Amino acid sequence: MFRVHSDEVDSGSSKECAAQRRPGDVSRPGGVGRSSRDASAPTRRALIGGAAAAVALARPARSGTPPRVVVVGAGFGGATAARALAAEGVDVTLVEASERYVACTGSNAVVVGLRGIEAQTFGYDALGRAGLRLVRASAEAVDPAAHRVRLGDGTVLPYDRLILSPGIEMRFDAVPGYDAGAAAVMPHAWKAGEQTVRLARQLAALPEGGTVVLAAPANPYRCPPGPYERASLIAHFLKARKPRAKLILLDAKDTFSKQKLFEAAWATLYPDVLEYVPLAAGGQVSEVDPAAMIVRTDFAEFKADVACIIPPQRAGRIAALSGCTDRSGWCPIDPATFESRLVPGIHVIGDAAIAGAMPKSAFSANAQGKVCAQAVTDLLAGRAPQEPKLINTCWSLVAPGYGISIVGVFRPADGLLADVPGAGGISPLDAPDAVRAQESAHAESWYRTITRDVFG
Amino acid sequence: MRAARPVLAALAVLACGTGARAAETRPPPGASSCTGCHAPGAAMGALEGRPEAEIVAALEAFRSGARPATIMNRIARGFDEAESRAIAAWFAGRGAR
Repeated sequence: MFRVHSDEVDSGSSKECAAQRRPGDVSRPGGVGRSSRDASAPTRRALIGGAAAAVALARPARSGTPPRVVVVGAGFGGATAARALAAEGVDVTLVEASERYVACTGSNAVVVGLRGIEAQTFGYDALGRAGLRLVRASAEAVDPAAHRVRLGDGTVLPYDRLILSPGIEMRFDAVPGYDAGAAAVMPHAWKAGEQTVRLARQLAALPEGGTVVLAAPANPYRCPPGPYERASLIAHFLKARKPRAKLILLDAKDTFSKQKLFEAAWATLYPDVLEYVPLAAGGQVSEVDPAAMIVRTDFAEFKADVACIIPPQRAGRIAALSGCTDRSGWCPIDPATFESRLVPGIHVIGDAAIAGAMPKSAFSANAQGKVCAQAVTDLLAGRAPQEPKLINTCWSLVAPGYGISIVGVFRPADGLLADVPGAGGISPLDAPDAVRAQESAHAESWYRTITRDVFG
Repeated sequence: MRAARPVLAALAVLACGTGARAAETRPPPGASSCTGCHAPGAAMGALEGRPEAEIVAALEAFRSGARPATIMNRIARGFDEAESRAIAAWFAGRGAR
């Protein structure tokens, strides 16, 4: 049960934090019809189907009617954007199907038993008190012409601007044999939660001398350095706890984030534990057989005791349903406003967006959420958005207390977010242990700060 | 400091010569990314309410390499002097939260 404070108003089957809720905000299913409540509502234009309503909504909100923003997805991107908009006094509805958020960033530590899943888990109670309406439902459809979102329970939410932050969904059509059923046997653990715990249990039960196979996808995907951090921490776990066990890291590409740092650390720390097989050496998985626990490439067959298959991904479902994805499965956006290139009035942030050089990370999503919220505030006020700059930092642990990082500063260039030349880059290759320890501590501090900023 | 906030913001805009109207209260480019790390209670420390000159000097020292850092050297090089001043003025003008 989703807990909200005592002024909860039940509007049908969706649960809302309704402190700011106005009559007529939410219509019942049917689309073009009007309920009797709507007739007297100041916002009924948004509920009337047809071209007139679409034209009206294409303009900045009329005086006397505060503009409304709907945000779909309460992860690092959506929750940040919703909070930032609420802080600006914008009328915000945040739509989220889950009862709580389980953060991916840091979850590789859970996989190897360094921390519990509860350290990754955040309730939405504080968000519900942040001056926004929190609706626990899934977004099922968007009508971009009429500017409204239909939820799983049939509720229809009108919007002046819509922000989608739907994260990713796994592509279960990409690796032969790797479907949703296979993921129960060979977890991806690339969406944190049950999958993470499943992989952690499998690793804890790994027999001595066992084999772990970890498969990393081609670009683009959530958290570019993530598979290599996971490989590092699994190797650390095997070295410490599972004598003679091996990790085979199969990669569908030849180059990856922080590669020199990872490879130098692997050579030093895990030379007898971790075997890296890049694409050029036949690292691409061509098929999996979960019943036999076999992972195949074009050149070899690996019998695994534990197999973690991270498949290719695409933008979360509502992105495609709203027409915001291109053939890649991701969402092209304007780099200054994050407005969709394909559907006016809809903005896409976080992992689902094609953000050019900016990686799919929690740090990026948080930075994008703030910039997008500002741009949306500006557009609603009829003001030109600024040219933004955004920062990303991703820390990875190659062992407990041994942290490395990649940094980027980004700005719009040629229609994409591009690296600011001369800035960013990876940790020094020759840094002393004290610096690695410091970066590890910074990673932990950032995690506490960002999760408090977004969910606290 | 808090009472002087609007004045500082206005001065900052004028000093930076951006041509923006004095009512500009939006964070300058890059500033909104900073608070992902810099917050009260964080190891990195909060930026709100720190003197403008201190933030400007820190960014310059990170940029030149004079001040040792793990990541701020890599971040500061993404901002020129004028951008750094605008960010510093904005945080200084916000006061400690």
